[in-house]
Amino acid sequence: MPIQYYIYLCLTLFSIGIIGVLTRRNAIIVFMCVELMLNAVNLLLVAFSKMHHGVALGSSPTTMVGIEGQIFVFFIMVVAAAEVSVGLAIIVMMYRNTHSVDINFLNRLKN
Amino acid sequence: MNAIIVSALLGVVMMFSGIITTKRSSITYTATISLLVLLVANVLNTYGIWEVHVNTHGMLQFDKFGMFFNSIAITATLIYVILSGKDIEKTGIHVSEYYALIFFVLCGVSILTSFNGLLMLFIGIEILSIPLYILTGADKRNLKSNEASLKYFLMGSFSTGIMLMGIALIYGATGSFALGVLHDAPAAGLPVKASFIEVAGILLLFASMCFKVSAAPFHFWTPDVYDGAPSVFTSFMATIVKSAGFIAFIRLFESNTQALGPTWKILLSFVIIATLLIGNITAVFQQSVKRMLAYSSIAQAGFMLFALYSNNDLAKEGILLYAVAYSLATIGIFAILIKMKDYTFDGYNGLAKSEPVLAFTNTIFLLSLAGIPLTAGFFAKYYMLASVVKAGGSLWLVVVAVVFAAISVYYYFRLIQAMYFKEGYAETTGISNRFKNALLVLAVLIILFGVFPSLVLNSFYF
Repeated sequence: MPIQYYIYLCLTLFSIGIIGVLTRRNAIIVFMCVELMLNAVNLLLVAFSKMHHGVALGSSPTTMVGIEGQIFVFFIMVVAAAEVSVGLAIIVMMYRNTHSVDINFLNRLKN
Repeated sequence: MNAIIVSALLGVVMMFSGIITTKRSSITYTATISLLVLLVANVLNTYGIWEVHVNTHGMLQFDKFGMFFNSIAITATLIYVILSGKDIEKTGIHVSEYYALIFFVLCGVSILTSFNGLLMLFIGIEILSIPLYILTGADKRNLKSNEASLKYFLMGSFSTGIMLMGIALIYGATGSFALGVLHDAPAAGLPVKASFIEVAGILLLFASMCFKVSAAPFHFWTPDVYDGAPSVFTSFMATIVKSAGFIAFIRLFESNTQALGPTWKILLSFVIIATLLIGNITAVFQQSVKRMLAYSSIAQAGFMLFALYSNNDLAKEGILLYAVAYSLATIGIFAILIKMKDYTFDGYNGLAKSEPVLAFTNTIFLLSLAGIPLTAGFFAKYYMLASVVKAGGSLWLVVVAVVFAAISVYYYFRLIQAMYFKEGYAETTGISNRFKNALLVLAVLIILFGVFPSLVLNSFYF
């Protein structure tokens, strides 16, 4: 399959994530949209990694080119997990004080 | 390498110190000593005397510039703990964890000063940011702190997503995460629009870095987060973390802007002017000193961006000097702010009568931020502008910057006026003699660096 398809798919997922972050009001859904953005990036990295590997394979059959993209994906997963734990803790902390996870509430700080 | 490993280990040590002792002041003591140990370890590394050697396969590259900045960051943290340690203890019950998080932030700082590829940049930024989300929400019962923390977290992870998209696109176009290959010819096998992908990637990366250092138009989170976070941690975020962001920014874009060509300078000058404009003009209208400082930190970020714009040796010296001058002065102002009962300008009325030492040192810190000669801030701003002049071709930008520096004098002097020339009784809490002495030492340091800026720069070269 051409690499373009992967790029379009990833950009679509990423855009859905961005639109979700910008329009949804529920903190947990916003958070899920951020995760969607990260996972779109993961998919794109794997696709690019395969592409670079495929290109390099033509010149040498035992090449390791392209492996760093997949390693990057693991790092993103680990960091995303760390972020989830902190983020959910923050949402729970807010829920305890306000009994709501609506981020419209955040506008109070403006003044 | 020392700074990364020792700071991470000391962070764990700090976490365990909470088990061994429940006495808050002894935890602060442990943190102070740990910071000294970290500083010594980093200095030994700088001069090549002792080093923990780990093979990083070229992912990290240690140079004198980065290690010297580590020393600055650690020293600033040390001063911060000495001045505001008592207030960190008062924030909540998890004192040892706060210090542990501060050490983890320092670990992120030392990665950001030595990364040699986009992977380590990403890891560094995250190690720096995640502890800050927690520190922002440290005051768990306070709604403002909760809001600030959630906002910072959502905005921060959103910008991380954008940064990762930029990195992925750059990887697609160049086939590598290393710095400095970004301008090479695109890898074979890509569709025709490879260069478009690369440019899009660099722009996304640029936007997310602007977000991290709160440069306009990505600054909108800064005032709310700085205002909502517990003041002690705002002090840490606005100084050490922010200057580390700039070091990363400069390291990243030193050699990677060729793909953008001349557009790069136009883009950057737009960001600089927008940052200076929004930071300075909005700061004028603030009633709360804490919020004014948040906007002033945006304005100072505009000045620090000049180092990126001119991108020469003078700029590198300048950013170090700026980091020292800005961090020391802001830490001092926040240390005094924390002691005030009322954070508005009116709350400072008559401070000179009730606490002359505080008012005097605060004046020196404010003068330094405004860039008045004989304070460290003057030479910091001077080096920034001189580097732009030396790079040539952008004199108009220097003129704009000077105009905005003049505007900034207005809101800094408003606070001085409130302290000295307005009637009132400024209420303060918990001021010890030790605190006053530390403030005086800090003020002397700022004047010393203002008269002899070579003290900072020489230690960089020798």
